[in-house]
Amino acid sequence: MTSTYAPDRTTLFGIYKRVALLKANDERSRKVIMTGRLVMPYYSYRGQEVIPAAMATALTDDDYWVTIYRGIHDMLAKGMPLNDLWAEIAGRVDGTCKGKGGPMHLTYPEKGIMVTTGIVGSSMPIANGIAWGSQLKGNNRVTVATFGDGATNIGAFHESLNLASVWKLPVIFLCQNNLYSEHTTYEKATAAKRVADRAAAYNMPGVRVNGNDPVEMYAAAREAVDRARAGDGPTLIEAMTFRFYGHVFGDADAYMDKGQKQAAMDADPVPLFRARLIAEGIATEAELVAIEAEIETRIDTAVEFALASAFPDLGELTRDVYAEGEVA
Amino acid sequence: MNATATNAKPVTILQAINSALADAMAEDETVLVLGEDVADPEEGGVVGVTKGLSTRFGDHRVRSTPISEQAIIGAAIGASLVGFRPVAEIMLMNFTTVAMDMIVNHAAKLRFMSGGQTHVPIVIRTMTGTGFASGGQHCDYLEAWFAHTAGMKVVAPSNPADAYGLMRAAILDPDPVLYIENLPSYWTPGEAPPTGFVVPLGKARVAKEGTDITIVSYSRVLTEVLGAVEAMEAAGVSAEVIDLRTISPWDKETVFASVAKTGRCLIAHEAVTQFGVGAEIAATLQAEFFGQLKAPVGRLGAPYAPVPFSKPLEAAYAPTAARIAEVAIALTKDH
Repeated sequence: MTSTYAPDRTTLFGIYKRVALLKANDERSRKVIMTGRLVMPYYSYRGQEVIPAAMATALTDDDYWVTIYRGIHDMLAKGMPLNDLWAEIAGRVDGTCKGKGGPMHLTYPEKGIMVTTGIVGSSMPIANGIAWGSQLKGNNRVTVATFGDGATNIGAFHESLNLASVWKLPVIFLCQNNLYSEHTTYEKATAAKRVADRAAAYNMPGVRVNGNDPVEMYAAAREAVDRARAGDGPTLIEAMTFRFYGHVFGDADAYMDKGQKQAAMDADPVPLFRARLIAEGIATEAELVAIEAEIETRIDTAVEFALASAFPDLGELTRDVYAEGEVA
Repeated sequence: MNATATNAKPVTILQAINSALADAMAEDETVLVLGEDVADPEEGGVVGVTKGLSTRFGDHRVRSTPISEQAIIGAAIGASLVGFRPVAEIMLMNFTTVAMDMIVNHAAKLRFMSGGQTHVPIVIRTMTGTGFASGGQHCDYLEAWFAHTAGMKVVAPSNPADAYGLMRAAILDPDPVLYIENLPSYWTPGEAPPTGFVVPLGKARVAKEGTDITIVSYSRVLTEVLGAVEAMEAAGVSAEVIDLRTISPWDKETVFASVAKTGRCLIAHEAVTQFGVGAEIAATLQAEFFGQLKAPVGRLGAPYAPVPFSKPLEAAYAPTAARIAEVAIALTKDH
């Protein structure tokens, strides 16, 4: 990676703060489900935290993001408030979508989180449209679409990359390659050796980076953001990572190679990043402990806020199908 | 609402749609047009519905796309989420199948799933219709699929004034609207509507008053129904004809008022009868008018088969004026 886009010490610290939040939130989510306090389909992102943390740090609040069902790390990185998030995944009225979206359909336009889709591969066509809007308005906003390696085998991926390149849209296609498409390994599902190679077919830069390395990931993100803002069009980033748990939390994950999984967990990017901050003198152990404690407190508050929030009233069943007053 | 003609010269449905798009684009710079071949270098679409728009409004607002239906609808959805009102063309209705995820899972549901935070004010223009020997994959009527999808609105004009007025309403509407154009009717002439004429969505039109039976229809079959009326009058049967104009949400009030008067109803459409729009209307009417109906509610559509190629088979596929008259007369005589 070139040093042009390397994060400075403050930026690196900022990325870590996001990473620590994402890790703690995932751990709490699994705990809350396992203790039976909440029932929800949950797609753990544990192990993938560095990617959205670095990407979000390279963006502004005004930039847009379209994500997928395994996307709570993306949303938290982009700035979705914890209370709103937890109330939504608990199906409560104080949730960002009044409890009607749930963990797979979160929206928070205030921070540019425009769509979360439960359909593999569908983030990209919509991200293109948002980016087209920015291009027409000339407002310099960038749109990120996140997806997994499995999504790159969907027709929508190919249609979207082609259109974005032909129209030179300010969009970043950020593949979080965790080596599994649901229960199927990358090799069994994907003919291309590398997802990044697919960019060549669409005449756009395709870069493969170690998504678990904050410096490398941030540099790739910054380069793609600058390129999009300059009007030079889309970039495909293939960020290599690993999903620590099954496709949906609670599945048997017997299809995952145990050695591969153990090796990935041994190389957990979060403690590595943490140690790096201390080794490089960017933060002290005490500072990090304080940050992590504050995060836990914020999550405590959010969980209790969510569980104390009311369920939506039954009138919500048919509200928001059409605009208010336009019920069929 | 009827058009008040300010221009004596008749226009075709095709010209009316073109004018509606042009007028909407001139009035509101957030209105965009996209689809395969829609810009002028690509001749404004395969039959020229969007001709002249890119020359007048620029290729930033009128964009020809690759043959990529998911990308087209996705681009329309995304742009609508950030303040635009895109009109996306899916060249033929059968090709909506390629973009069903974007239409059904995203356009129709984002308002609901976001708890009303976002909405998708897009129009999806598409054309279809038998009569051109196109065979099984280019001329299906699939409106029931979309009418069945909560969050979608579905309109189908039968004449130039409505084609203009419904397009203006669809563009103004805050929710996704599927706008169905009929290929064999594009060159049907009619009264020219005044600029800015709007046909409110969800409002049907009594195309002809009558007393013995209500015939509900839309799109091209409405023309066949009006043709059937003469033969029916010769047989002493007076039909009231309702042009639904909006298929979903449909105008129950107008249909109910008519059926309350006539006591009989036939629903005629080009789509396959089974599980079609006629089934929904018939079921609703039997619940509303049980005990008052003078005859079972009739449905007339296409047979349960794909659209055939061979000319005599194709001609027998969609309801004709003669067949409509025959079925409607039977409903008044046999009961």
